[in-house]
Amino acid sequence: MASKLRGSENRDGIALVVPVVLVVAAIIVVPIVWTVVLSFQDARYVDVARNGLFNELTLDNYVDVLTAPAFWQALLTTVEYSVATTAGSITVGLVAALAFRDRFRFRAPLRAVMLLPYVAPVVATTFVWQVALNPQYGVVNAFGTQVLGWEHPVNFLSSAPTALLTVIVYDIWRYFPFAFMFLGAALTGLSREIEEAAVVDGATPLQKFWFVVLPQLLPTVALLVLFRMVMAFNEFDDVYLLTGGAAGTQVASVRVFEQLTGSSDIGGASATAAVMAVFLGVALAIYLRLTARQREAR
Amino acid sequence: MSAVTVQTNVLRVLRVVVIVGLVVATVVPFVYMLSLSFVRIDDLLRDPLRVLPALDRITTETYREVLASEEDGGYGFARFMRNSAIVAVGASALTVVLVVPASYALTRLRFAGRSQVSWLFLAVYLFPTIIIAVPVFVGFQVLGLGSSLVGLVIAYVALTVPVSVHMLRNYLSGIPESIDEAAVIDGASRLQILTRITVPLAMPTIMSTALYSFMIAWNEFLFALLFLSAKQDLWTVSLGLTRLADGQEVSKTVLMAGSVLLTVPIVLLYGVAERALTEGLTAGADKG
Repeated sequence: MASKLRGSENRDGIALVVPVVLVVAAIIVVPIVWTVVLSFQDARYVDVARNGLFNELTLDNYVDVLTAPAFWQALLTTVEYSVATTAGSITVGLVAALAFRDRFRFRAPLRAVMLLPYVAPVVATTFVWQVALNPQYGVVNAFGTQVLGWEHPVNFLSSAPTALLTVIVYDIWRYFPFAFMFLGAALTGLSREIEEAAVVDGATPLQKFWFVVLPQLLPTVALLVLFRMVMAFNEFDDVYLLTGGAAGTQVASVRVFEQLTGSSDIGGASATAAVMAVFLGVALAIYLRLTARQREAR
Repeated sequence: MSAVTVQTNVLRVLRVVVIVGLVVATVVPFVYMLSLSFVRIDDLLRDPLRVLPALDRITTETYREVLASEEDGGYGFARFMRNSAIVAVGASALTVVLVVPASYALTRLRFAGRSQVSWLFLAVYLFPTIIIAVPVFVGFQVLGLGSSLVGLVIAYVALTVPVSVHMLRNYLSGIPESIDEAAVIDGASRLQILTRITVPLAMPTIMSTALYSFMIAWNEFLFALLFLSAKQDLWTVSLGLTRLADGQEVSKTVLMAGSVLLTVPIVLLYGVAERALTEGLTAGADKG
């Protein structure tokens, strides 16, 4: 009986996995391949509707993408945005995890509350931020002008340097709970004995953190950096909902969206996405190489 | 004083400051949302600094207006909520049906292509959703699923499957295989093992997986924007709120009531299952 089950293992395994694989392939893999093909075609919606995948192949889209100053600006914005939100959300998440490490009254409910920005619908929270920051009726500007004595209300989301900064602050607010959650779990997994030994040897709290706790958290931090960088690099919702890509916040995926919906330039949009994916892939490869060397060194 | 006592004292104070600061920063936007949803728009325009309305100025008219259908002079959020609920329940049910057998196979059975499947799921995250959304939309139009809730459900399943598989796999690999083997000796078939043993044992994690995909589907915005923009009767709450906020004609406090309606179901569900959800997501994080 048991051997009979063993024999059917291969067949059963494939049968159980196939439905999921088909859905993921149809909704994710095929579109990605399609995007790559389209990026080599000078296609508009009508051409795709009429000819499907079989349009004339060309490199024009890539030439257009790589020679457009707006593309390089979008790439720079994406990198600035990704690095700043990743560093910011992980730093705040780490500080939060350390503050919540030792028991205190109401720790469990407060920890649950701290995850709200991450679980709440992005449409609702971006809307609240937009209203709060609005120059006419927002509470932040009202407070600034009436209490802090600002001369003018600040156009947080519609003027150049502040818009990107505001988006970054919003995303740190939205994503620090993610880092907090993972680093909190990692901290509970640490054995306290090494730390106690360090304290006996006269280490100050900061030395204990720097030389004992932080090194043990580095694998989790490295993983979080990877997650957050990839997510931030492809982020669309937050930026689009807050600023629509205006005032120097046009990150790559918002640019792709505008190429698609504004100028219905499918080929150009696909090429932009493909180039960005290559940049991301190269950055990931370098990052993994560097962290692998670190792991070996330790 | 020694360095140890100075640092200990400073850190003790700092810790309280950090906890209070972070809790305030996370909670205040939600308080602002809730409180503005009961404010009349002219009160907000007159005094934006007054966040909590005076007791005699509190209004629930905002909720009536946002929930009522267009025929009754409202904005149809009751219908949007029904649409969101259909999509989110459908997506989470379908995700569970697909993911449970797959995770079981990935943890228990050796079959050709097992490791490739795991890599396939990771590839999902390398590309922006926007680039996946457009070909899916075009393909669904051809199949007649383009502007429908069914199409949206299928898309959401694909978006939530990778993380769901990860959560369930982590849990299943912690259940000893000897239980399965004992059942085999008692003459159970593979299907019986899956339905009678694995599913009951993994029920808590299955529930948190279902919850996770419900939340993703309820909160999602981009696919809904591409698929359903033209069909106002099919709008989800997220899409409805964005579309109505784009114009100038709908008052902000009415939309604030809409935001509350969008947020409350998620917060309630999260409140019920917070622990299961965070443990499911962070499983394996402490192993580094």
